[in-house]
Amino acid sequence: MSVSLFRLKRTFTLGLKSLWMHRLRSTLTTLGIVFGVSSVIAMLAIGEGASKHAREQIERLGSRNIIIKSVAPPEDPENTSTGQGMRQYGLTYADAERFRNSVAEVEVIVPVRRLTQRAWYRTRKITAEVIGTVPWYPEMAPIHLEMGRFLSGTDASYRQAVCVVDTGVVEELFRFDDALNQDIKVAGDFYRIVGIVSSQNANAAAASVNADTPAPQDRGGANAGRIYIPLTTAKDRFGEISVQFGGGSGPNVEKVELQEIVVKVARDESVLPMKEILETLLKRFHAKTDYQIVVPLELLREAERTKMIFNIVLGSIAAISLLVGGIGIMNIMLATVSERTREIGIRRALGARKKDIITQFLSETLLLTLAGGVLGILLGLAIPLLVTRFGHMPTVIKSGSLILAFGISAGVGLTFGIYPAYRAANMDPIESLRHE
Amino acid sequence: MTVHHSPISSPPQRGASESGSTILLLDQLRKSYHVGTTELQVLRGIDLAVESGEHIAIMGPSGSGKSTLLNILGCLDRPTQGRYILGGDDVSQLEDDELSLIRGARIGFIFQSFNLIEQLNIVENIEVPMYYQGWHERESIERAKELAAMVGLGHRIKHHPSELSGGERQRVAIARALSNDPLILLADEPTGNLDSENGAAILKLLLSLHDQGKTLIVVTHDLSVAKRAEKIVHILDGRVKEITVN
Ligand SMILES: Nc1ncnc2c1ncn2[C@@H]1O[C@H](COP(=O)(O)OP(=O)(O)O)[C@@H](O)[C@H]1O
Ligand SMILES: [Mg+2]
Repeated sequence: MSVSLFRLKRTFTLGLKSLWMHRLRSTLTTLGIVFGVSSVIAMLAIGEGASKHAREQIERLGSRNIIIKSVAPPEDPENTSTGQGMRQYGLTYADAERFRNSVAEVEVIVPVRRLTQRAWYRTRKITAEVIGTVPWYPEMAPIHLEMGRFLSGTDASYRQAVCVVDTGVVEELFRFDDALNQDIKVAGDFYRIVGIVSSQNANAAAASVNADTPAPQDRGGANAGRIYIPLTTAKDRFGEISVQFGGGSGPNVEKVELQEIVVKVARDESVLPMKEILETLLKRFHAKTDYQIVVPLELLREAERTKMIFNIVLGSIAAISLLVGGIGIMNIMLATVSERTREIGIRRALGARKKDIITQFLSETLLLTLAGGVLGILLGLAIPLLVTRFGHMPTVIKSGSLILAFGISAGVGLTFGIYPAYRAANMDPIESLRHE
Repeated sequence: MTVHHSPISSPPQRGASESGSTILLLDQLRKSYHVGTTELQVLRGIDLAVESGEHIAIMGPSGSGKSTLLNILGCLDRPTQGRYILGGDDVSQLEDDELSLIRGARIGFIFQSFNLIEQLNIVENIEVPMYYQGWHERESIERAKELAAMVGLGHRIKHHPSELSGGERQRVAIARALSNDPLILLADEPTGNLDSENGAAILKLLLSLHDQGKTLIVVTHDLSVAKRAEKIVHILDGRVKEITVN
């Protein structure tokens, strides 16, 4: 046993030596493996990142939530010809009411109004997302109370000028002061801060669902934070409907009552049936499709699809690189074998068995591919970093993918190394010795 | 797998200890090649017995079959017919792997063109046969160094073949041939690529090995080399024409 370990060590030392003698050639030869392996790692990292992102999104949006959002319906040709320039669409208070009255199995219904507004504290000013909602909002949103309390029933009934702010607002407006019980000014009115909340995960600051057609209110990605006020208060202060100017072309005015209604059901299994029910209900009362139903669970499926596309693209690149790389390596090893015909003859004459020759050349090929694998792993670790940094896509590198990469390199080495090694071992020793 | 321990100071000369015994026996050895449809008979029934410790020269015109015979003697090739007994074992029809091990253990090759491995240094070259016999690295390095010193290259063990003269290369090859303490040393024109001075020195080295009891078979064109052997085996057309005793 110890003898064969020795031999293995010596065989590898010998292999390293002869690869080092042709280092440029060896390096170029491994490029295919390098790209193949790095694509595999990048593929897995991006795929894993996508599904982790989806899982987080679901966690954030709630797996038992169904989010119905107001969406501007496609332009009606008749309507535009009249050129009124004023469009009302989207979810209404009546919708929320209907959901509450006509659907069993619903645990919570949360209507949400979103507005982007300036907020002031003394001389400091920020742009924040104002969310008009109900006291039970926290039941469906992953927010955590840091200080004080959330909006209460009394706040809602009496349309109090109170608000709850998130840590983003606190950081921007109250760098040195205690925020609780201070008054901030939002669009001309003062609100007393009764509570401070934090989002449960870091991404939640931009927590609006990334739908294909974002609601107009989603534009302000630069919001510093969120300010929650009672929905009733919002109706009082900002009117029954939000008016948003400019839809891109011309002086359009858009009127929306509620930007969002979140329906939370009791069990995961009820999500999809409930979605059907809500859809039917909405269809009956909405002439146009001015709403969009987002089911976080379905986001996972979407993420899986993205992941699959990435896997196909990068998997093909990997497969082709590895195939081409493997053939290149085989080619080089065949050249090496023929260059070293005489050495093979000498070794055979001095007592090397066929399997000794096979071991020698196979381990040389293995060294080559494993070196390529190591370079590939380094590159493969770099790609996801760049993707995350410049492509703003989350990536996750798992240790298993590194092991897989190593396995692939070894596999390529064995697959494409066996034929050259076999050729070397089966050369006639007498012929080989005569070779010049 | 046997691991040999044979310090040079007290060589367990298998040949010497049982001097006079037959260590190599050829019995009606035949070798033929198929060239196209015709059968080319190269060796046509060779009978030969070599005693342990003998020094034999093989001579003959070009194409008479000397190299073919030497290849079979060195277990690089198998006879088509007949028997070859080496050290008491019939090796005429052994499998390739067994033949490789036998050749590494019992044969020491010395070639006309040295046949050293260029990317290995002197010690590493000398170690090669021991490596394939499964020696421990520490011991094989030790022995290789001793052998290098014995052939007068103890101070150049890290040098590579390209840095050596022809005579020096042949010394390394001889040291390598001795590494597994073989039953016989087979030399094919060992001085053929050397000038007369270096050739003489190599011949002297071989003779001194013979004096220590080594069995030596030398193929040569050079009558002055052949004259130093105890017997000359003359080959003609694949047969032993005559054996002269010096
Ligand atoms: N592999 C082979 N195939 C066919 N003919 C061969 C082969 N090896 C040797 N011969 C022939 O055998 C004859 C003897 O060759 P060889 O043993 O090399 O002679 P020598 O060494 O005495 O010059 C030559 O005619 C040669 O052409
Ligand atoms: Mg010849």
